[in-house]
Amino acid sequence: MTDLPPHVITNPRLGSWVAVAGGVDGGMVEVRVGKAELGQGIATALAQLAADALALPLDRIRMVAPHTALGPDQGLTAGSLSVLQTGPTLAHVGGVVRALAGPTSPVAEYVARIAGLDPTLDLTTVEPLAPVAAAAVGRSEPRLDLPDKVLGRPRFLADLRPEGLLHGRVLRPPSVGAVLRSVPDGWTLRDGSSLASSGTGKPGVTLVRDGSFVGVVGEREADVDRALEQLRGDSDWDERDLLPDPDDLPGWLRSGTHEEVPVLDEEGAPGPGSDVVEASYSRPFLAHASIAPSAGLATWTDDGVHVRSHSQGIHGLRDAIAAALDLDPGTVVVEHVENAGCYGHNAADDAAFDAVLLARAVPGRPVLLRWTRPDELTWGPLAPAMTATLRARLEGGRIAGWSHDVWSQGHSARPGYSGHPGLIAGADLATPVPLPPSTDPPLAAGGGTTRNALPAYDVGPRRVVGHRKTDSPLRTSAMRALGAHLNVFAIESFMDDLAHTTGADPVAFRLDHLADPRARHVVAEAARIAGWGEELPEDTGRGLGYARYKDRGAHCAIVADVEVTDDVVVRRLVVVADVGRVVNPDGARSQLEGGATQATSWTVKERMAFDRRRLLGTDWEAYPVLRFSETPEVTVHLVDSDAPSTGAGEAAQGPTSAAIANAVHHALGVRVRDLPLDPAAIVRAIDALGG
Amino acid sequence: MTGFEVNGAHVEVGGDPDTPLLTVLRDDLGLVGTRFGCGQGLCGACHVSLDGAVVPSCRTPVWQAEGRSVTTVEGLSADGTPHPVQRAILDRQAAQCGFCISGIVVRAAALLDAEPDADAARVAEALDGNLCRCGAHRRIVDAVLAARQDPVGG
Ligand code: FES
Ligand code: FES
Repeated sequence: MTDLPPHVITNPRLGSWVAVAGGVDGGMVEVRVGKAELGQGIATALAQLAADALALPLDRIRMVAPHTALGPDQGLTAGSLSVLQTGPTLAHVGGVVRALAGPTSPVAEYVARIAGLDPTLDLTTVEPLAPVAAAAVGRSEPRLDLPDKVLGRPRFLADLRPEGLLHGRVLRPPSVGAVLRSVPDGWTLRDGSSLASSGTGKPGVTLVRDGSFVGVVGEREADVDRALEQLRGDSDWDERDLLPDPDDLPGWLRSGTHEEVPVLDEEGAPGPGSDVVEASYSRPFLAHASIAPSAGLATWTDDGVHVRSHSQGIHGLRDAIAAALDLDPGTVVVEHVENAGCYGHNAADDAAFDAVLLARAVPGRPVLLRWTRPDELTWGPLAPAMTATLRARLEGGRIAGWSHDVWSQGHSARPGYSGHPGLIAGADLATPVPLPPSTDPPLAAGGGTTRNALPAYDVGPRRVVGHRKTDSPLRTSAMRALGAHLNVFAIESFMDDLAHTTGADPVAFRLDHLADPRARHVVAEAARIAGWGEELPEDTGRGLGYARYKDRGAHCAIVADVEVTDDVVVRRLVVVADVGRVVNPDGARSQLEGGATQATSWTVKERMAFDRRRLLGTDWEAYPVLRFSETPEVTVHLVDSDAPSTGAGEAAQGPTSAAIANAVHHALGVRVRDLPLDPAAIVRAIDALGG
Repeated sequence: MTGFEVNGAHVEVGGDPDTPLLTVLRDDLGLVGTRFGCGQGLCGACHVSLDGAVVPSCRTPVWQAEGRSVTTVEGLSADGTPHPVQRAILDRQAAQCGFCISGIVVRAAALLDAEPDADAARVAEALDGNLCRCGAHRRIVDAVLAARQDPVGG
């Protein structure tokens, strides 16, 4: 037997992956994977892989959504791993299917034979046929999900309208750690569910209360919205000032208690000292800021609970719901339904659990729960604030020693991580299920705080260590690139600093320290395409950033052109990436464009504001993101490559931020080391230069 | 009862006249193509055209629609043919998650009705009330520019 892909071993039933629907003649082959469409186009790329694996035309494949009871468990859809993990798996499944149901033409007869296969067949017991030549893979196939989304058809979770639907809302506390003191008499009936119509004039609105968890359920969405606002006005909370000083996040990150995350400590790496160059960098807390608020749909019956969620990990969510409510996981079914773009662990899982808690109060009726915009921005897990201090020893114009210390909270609080349900409402229940501090993925999976903290360059002896802060009141979790965003921003800003110290050109300086030919190629190409070294108009600057995501993923180099007046305006980004063998070139380009554009927003605009008590970024004015007229032109160039496919969605974030900061330095001669690069930061940097 | 026209058909709806038009469209009329993004009039996901003017339907009480004509994203392809802006977005794969697209299509279609020769800067400016978190902005602007060449309603 050839090497078995891990996801075949854990999901050996044929029927978990492949079924035939829609009659023997016109039958469609349904492929059910455990990876979810999050707006990144993965369903289309995986359909292409499935088509080639099964030797079927793409239009015979129908991708069906992940489902805990019917489909395979492939863990999370995260970390740019979907193609890497699913490609070999589908190749095995397809090879087995062809071995048993071939020949593959005529197609209708082949599909009919697939329909006749035993769904309980153990995929590990059959030798798969060798792969056939790629027909769908490598082509820019249009996204299968876009027609619905562009034509305004029902497609998203909040568009579901099952029979007997009720709408639900949850009243989140006004601040971190707030405890519900009371709701007024008209509202506070008995614990649990109660019809509130009598006292309130809100026909059919049910109040659901369990400790500090309060929600409303009703027939009509408008009534439920009004009830929520009334409830907000009527409720009384004990609040405390638990938040850190927003103006000294680096100082706060370095204080308190930490868990050390040593990555590398080589003999002779530099410590503090007069013979080293040293600089510190930081970023603030960021919001995922999905354009749709999170939602969940749940139905509670005697047999169990059925949940529809846009979670990145439906199996982990199932287990977390079961653990939080002490249910048999076999009675909890979670199926994936799409929502707006997801850039990491946002409130999707929390919303699913909210829906379950509301549905429990109205058994037999499906409850569609939707978060509010303020809650989505401020109660979804934040991306952690981070700070890093880098040191380098220079000898004869070369780097001869390097150290990197990075401080951050953990980058994962996903359901089930470190053995806790990790669902936000759990902490508010009368019998609380507390939220543990965030942790980090293991180093073998790329780490979190220390992701990409190791420079790609030849820098002599290195010391790299993470300091994970364990005593924060703020809940943080994974957002695209995790710690790689700040670490790459820091390393690539520092490389420019060092180049200037030695009087070298930043691109030449990088190439001087870079051995990997794929790395050298993307850096040199980005510089060439962008016209590196050209004379630029006044107030404009050009900068480059490079990284290989997670040290083993996509190579990506980016050149930014910026114009700096009162504001930093990013005019153009040239992106050159080597993502290995490309499944869908246009899809990969689209992911890189989107990643670079979103990172531009993080870099020049974004910061979750708060005072000592409350988060203040409750709407799109208080948490601004990049608008159309502020968006740079982005050109993406993919390198031809036969290396294994890697994801493209997280390759661009760090290089983009660094390229912009380096371009600002080029334009103004000042170095901004604390994100965002907003007008205030530019003024501070200029002042610091003068002072 | 509030009476108005939606995508060419007359409708009457009951309930509180202060109910947001968005809620009426999605819950009472089954037109879920208009999306809820913020409910604060700040993201554009819920944009509809009201007698030709683009408004956030989340902040438009349904009484304001009385006797008037509403066009939603569904109405732009009502005869089964996508609007040129929709076709151009699909041709150029100018969307990622697509949640922002309904409102953008409505806004862009209204812009091209009023200014068939709008250039890239004008298109971007017109879309500044529509947020896209996925970073599909540039593709969307290019798609709207491409749609100018297409016969409207074609
Ligand atoms: S939902 Fe209406 S503007 Fe955001
Ligand atoms: S495509 Fe996702 S918000 Fe625009």
